[in-house]
Amino acid sequence: MNGRQRKQRGWSWWYLLLLVQFVAVLWPPFYNRADPHWLGMPFFYWYQLLWVILGAVLTAIVYFATDD
Amino acid sequence: MPAIDWVALTVFLLLFAVVTWLGFAAAKWRKGDLDQLHEWGLGGRRFGTIVVWFLIGGDLYTAYTFIAVPALAFGAGAVAFFAVPYTIIAYPIFFLVFPRIWQVCHKHNYITAADFVRGRFGNRWLALAVTITGIVATMPYIALQLVGLEVVIGGLGISGTGFMAELPVIISFAILAAFTYSSGLRAPASIAIVKDILIYATAFAAVIVIPMELGGFDKIFAAIPAPKLLLPVPGPNTTGAYSAYATLALGSALALFLYPHSITGILSASSGRAVRRNAALLPGYSLMLGLLALMGFFAIAAGVAGRPEFAAGFKQFGNNFAVPALFSLMFPSWFVGIAFAAIGIGALVPAAIMSIAAANLYTRNIHREFINANLTGQQEARTAKWVSLIVKLGALLFILFVPTQYAIYLQLLGGIWIIQTLPAVMLGAYTRWFDDWALLAGWAVGVVSGTAMAVAAKLMPTYPLQLAGFSFPGYTALYTVILNLGVAVVLTLLVKAMNPRRGVADETAPADYFPS
Repeated sequence: MNGRQRKQRGWSWWYLLLLVQFVAVLWPPFYNRADPHWLGMPFFYWYQLLWVILGAVLTAIVYFATDD
Repeated sequence: MPAIDWVALTVFLLLFAVVTWLGFAAAKWRKGDLDQLHEWGLGGRRFGTIVVWFLIGGDLYTAYTFIAVPALAFGAGAVAFFAVPYTIIAYPIFFLVFPRIWQVCHKHNYITAADFVRGRFGNRWLALAVTITGIVATMPYIALQLVGLEVVIGGLGISGTGFMAELPVIISFAILAAFTYSSGLRAPASIAIVKDILIYATAFAAVIVIPMELGGFDKIFAAIPAPKLLLPVPGPNTTGAYSAYATLALGSALALFLYPHSITGILSASSGRAVRRNAALLPGYSLMLGLLALMGFFAIAAGVAGRPEFAAGFKQFGNNFAVPALFSLMFPSWFVGIAFAAIGIGALVPAAIMSIAAANLYTRNIHREFINANLTGQQEARTAKWVSLIVKLGALLFILFVPTQYAIYLQLLGGIWIIQTLPAVMLGAYTRWFDDWALLAGWAVGVVSGTAMAVAAKLMPTYPLQLAGFSFPGYTALYTVILNLGVAVVLTLLVKAMNPRRGVADETAPADYFPS
């Protein structure tokens, strides 16, 4: 599919990649525990801080994949 | 109150003097004709990726955030961390919707979200609903910035009685009002750069220095009482703290970019590409927010609540005093001055943008729409400048004469109200399928039910929704916007079924939503 077609529909399948971070951080049973600790931080805290970085990476990937 | 810390106070005042000068000098930055509303109120749509990054960051991460998020961690523990998933998911939403809104607003010279809704749906009453919701939700937000300012001024040891006690806040706001009036959006944009550098320096210093002094993260987390460390596991027949946590994050993320001050920041960008790039770059701030939330725990571990020198501060400001107390205890005086200035300036930037956003809304969507349709560009800009002054004066009077808790309640309600504009603004960026009156009905149902639920929940953000014997505690804003959307869908289907040939007013074309 060339860029013009995508532009006119305004949608790209790459956008689905953005859903990953919703699932990862909106389901507290995934991460509401203390172990394993990392640098003295309980899992609950470092897992969510890690997703800040992973989320930014995913958004950057989608940006580059959909940039014309 | 601690005695006045003269070194900290001097550094604080010097930095305030610098940003005051910057605020006035900004009028000449990327010079434009400030007698035009898009020049005064959107900085002439001239800001590139980097300036927009600072501006939106300065806009969303406010003084109140720096004070209140750690204060919530300090008082309530793990639940305060919902701010982290909140900002993680806010940016994908931003990425999907707001480049389109930037494009269409640029094409049609829209300055507010209500301008867009007016053009897209051709219904001035729907646009009025978006306008009033925006203004009403913004006012208590400005008032809360003043609370942030009061807390750091108290932390510097400045106290007085009666009028003297309020004088520093009044002076700061007078300065703010003056440079916003003369420079428009250029003032907060230039100050935001200074503010963010100071805030970053403070956050990183705090996260490195304080854990070292307290003996590492192990010791800090060991000092946190077990019930505060994690979310409580839900009991039988309820989703408990889990659904509350997730819905607070999702609902807040959906509401964030509907606030007028967010949209003003976005529309000031010089290109749609600058907006898209920011979706990937803005999470830089989320990391800082997470680190700031941890500072509430540092304050617990440092034992600030038990120290006699902070007793008066906690008595006056409650848990909001946790961060100023922590900084006073852990940092040398000169750095306390920098940290407090960062928070204080962090109040001025969003307060300026919020008042500009409210002024743009009033001028474009109430004054020009309903009072005087023949405003010249110059009259438009002049009206907006005066309204920005009135809005700030209102916020100041509110904070001086009404208990702070009321501003916090109103800000909570503001979040519930602003999210009700989601179907018209965010879905409107993608589709004209909805009927405009159906959207207005959905908005009304959302506002009324949200207000009623918030009152029933004693003005707490979450409402214990009961369904078939199960309890789903969740963020009222999210529950009611779902109801709003349901009403809008059903009524749209009804309207279309009864009158299939009904034409739609839409001054935008599909091609307007993409770069050409």
